[in-house]
Amino acid sequence: MSRYLLPLVAVIGLILFLVVGLKRGDPRALPSPYIGKPAPEFELPKLKDPEQTVGSKDLSGQLALVNVWATWCVGCRAEHPFLLELEANDTIPIYGINWRDTRPEALRWIQQLGDPYVASGFDGSGRVGIDWGVYGAPETFLVSADGIVLHKHLGPLDRASWESDFLPLINGEGSMQ
Amino acid sequence: MIPEIGQFALILALSLAICQGVLPLVGAHRNDAAMMQVGNTAALGQFLFVAVAFGCLTWSFLSDDFSVLYVANHSQLALPTVYKVSAVWSAHEGSLLMWILILCAWTLAVSRYSSELPQEFSARVLGVLGLLSVGFLLFALLTSNPFDRLSPPAADGADLNPLLQDPGLAIHPPLLYIGYVGFSVAFAFAIAAMLSGNLDQKWAKWTRPWTTMAWLFLTLGIMLGSWWAYYELGWGGWWFWDPVENASFMPWLIGTALIHSLAVTEKRGLFKSWTLLLAITAFSLSLLGTFLVRSGIIVSVHAFATDPTRGFFILAFLGVVIVAALALYAWRAPSLDSDVGFGLLSRETFLLLNNVLLVVAATLVLMGTLAPLIIELLNGGKISIGPPWFEVAFLVPMIPLVLLLGLGMHTAWRTQDARSWVAVLRIPAIAAVLLGVVLPLMFYGRTGLMLAVGFGAGLWIILSSLIQPLRSLRRKKGSAGITRSALGMSVAHLGMGLFVLGVTVVSAFNIESDRALTPGDTIEVGHFEFEMRELRNVEGPNYSAIEAVVEIRRDGEYLATVRPQKRQYLVQKNWMTEAGIYATWNRDLFVALGDQLGNGAWSVRVQYKPMIRFIWFGAIIMALGGLIAVSDRRYRLKAQEKSKVGRAAVESA
Repeated sequence: MSRYLLPLVAVIGLILFLVVGLKRGDPRALPSPYIGKPAPEFELPKLKDPEQTVGSKDLSGQLALVNVWATWCVGCRAEHPFLLELEANDTIPIYGINWRDTRPEALRWIQQLGDPYVASGFDGSGRVGIDWGVYGAPETFLVSADGIVLHKHLGPLDRASWESDFLPLINGEGSMQ
Repeated sequence: MIPEIGQFALILALSLAICQGVLPLVGAHRNDAAMMQVGNTAALGQFLFVAVAFGCLTWSFLSDDFSVLYVANHSQLALPTVYKVSAVWSAHEGSLLMWILILCAWTLAVSRYSSELPQEFSARVLGVLGLLSVGFLLFALLTSNPFDRLSPPAADGADLNPLLQDPGLAIHPPLLYIGYVGFSVAFAFAIAAMLSGNLDQKWAKWTRPWTTMAWLFLTLGIMLGSWWAYYELGWGGWWFWDPVENASFMPWLIGTALIHSLAVTEKRGLFKSWTLLLAITAFSLSLLGTFLVRSGIIVSVHAFATDPTRGFFILAFLGVVIVAALALYAWRAPSLDSDVGFGLLSRETFLLLNNVLLVVAATLVLMGTLAPLIIELLNGGKISIGPPWFEVAFLVPMIPLVLLLGLGMHTAWRTQDARSWVAVLRIPAIAAVLLGVVLPLMFYGRTGLMLAVGFGAGLWIILSSLIQPLRSLRRKKGSAGITRSALGMSVAHLGMGLFVLGVTVVSAFNIESDRALTPGDTIEVGHFEFEMRELRNVEGPNYSAIEAVVEIRRDGEYLATVRPQKRQYLVQKNWMTEAGIYATWNRDLFVALGDQLGNGAWSVRVQYKPMIRFIWFGAIIMALGGLIAVSDRRYRLKAQEKSKVGRAAVESA
């Protein structure tokens, strides 16, 4: 009898072991290696005026959003009205990274649809996107006053994710200061 | 509306699955024919409702309904239609639905083709399959609903992962799942036999064709996955010992052992409890594979959406199923031991060795797959066990396995006379040893110990599996020819021999070269020259690509032009490699673009892969052998009887 019990005992051991393995949490622990770390330094020519630059220096000292967008991206068009609404309500300064785009198309977009950004940097080559670990547009980062990435949102930003993911962090930051 | 219909159909399927899981088992216990009969009806109904749900999800993809979260995450307007269909099973929720659909299809097949079985037995089989289905349907409905809505709807989807936008990957999961899930039939047969406490040789005969069918689909599924990895990932390898690959390979190894041990149980009534254990293990490993892939417990290149709730659910389900099965086994198996003996030199001995070696191989793969997790939990830090470990460890059981294979095929049941055995096998053995040394020298100009062993073993299997079919061709008129199941065995082993040859040659004579090329440059690999003629931009339906035009010459003579591409998919913005491959039956020439190096130069990987096609071709032949064996008259009788019964029923009605 006992040797017929052996498989059962072995499997129960394996299952207990797997339970412990699961409890330790997700080994990949996405979404981004940058969360809780200083935002990557960047400096880009401004979309509207290539002579001037926008970058880390502008972000520091305030809680801000960094939004990665492009005119070829349907999701960016979808989230655009919501960004405009945030801007109209003066919720938070939004900085744009115009990613892998062309300048004339990006300027036309802003003219036609409105400009929610304090300033947009032009990243035609996608170089800064690589530093920021951008996976696909649109992506939105919440960066604290001391330059720490608090949250990264993949895909179009909408009210639901704003209220569930961003607002608690923003309120938390506000109460700490 | 359509997604809600799908959702509703899934819930109805769950209620039918509960009926199918409970009533026939109770009926079989009480010997109540009407209750047992419910299983057949419920199986049909369940299949139809799951098919409706699957159809609804497919419809949501085809109509670009981005208000369905799953569609929004895995499709896109510009996605070609065929990939909108295959996107249905491209991620967790949809592939689970497909898994359930396949389980229902197997169940339906069992209920249609089980007229030969005693009603009580088939009722128990359907009951067990129904209970499994309850578990999977609950899993889908509670943690992984494919019909969840997204509000507001997305303007466009996030696109199907470009890696999966490939014909090979479109059909690889269905084949793999048919194999995985097919082992649930062998599992259900084993449980039914243990419940009834009556496990005779007929049980093995009934189980065999179902197991072989599942095994052959699993073989094809794994082969397609390997082939896809070869031409799509851009490294030119064909097996990576990735946890997810291992998850499909372990059930294959145990399934192969099961096929062989079922032969002993059917022919000789031996190994009964061992065969039961293998039937339980094959399916348990399929479940374990699902768990490893979908819980995110192990880091793998196969990115399935991970979620701890899902992990706990599958683990709980897996625990209940396996523990219940093994408890039943511990209770019933002791009474099954048989005291029929067999000689030391007999087919039984060789099949026992086959089983031991295959189980050792599967255990090694399991250990290698779980080792990183074990070490991490023991606070040993993160380690990864790579192909070098597996390649060495795996050879330990495999070399004796392939050498013994040729012997076992020609050994009689019970006991074998040594002299006649030597007489039959002498010539193929000597030929294999000689040719194993000479042929590589002749064609590739080099030999070595491992090379001679591998090449010789491949030839040995091929030659020894040809003996029986050739004899049957040359037999006297009127004498009985080879049976389908013996022919199937020979063909499957032949495929194994081709596979071994392919693996040996490609690992010994593969040439690889990574270089920076600008248009006009040439590299030489072996006798072949590769000239990059030009680089150009190409537009696809949902990607843009850089394409290199590479001309291949052999000793200055034009052979072919290949066009490897580096594609950027427009929505997810990730880069994909499309290798340019010029293949003939005995070698592949493989060109893949690496990275842009500036100044118009690209890093290019060029490979010469002799006999690599034998690997996949061998696997196809193995599966073909399985198909031939299943078509044996012994199993076909059942279908004829069935149609006779069907006709009689129609006439009497």
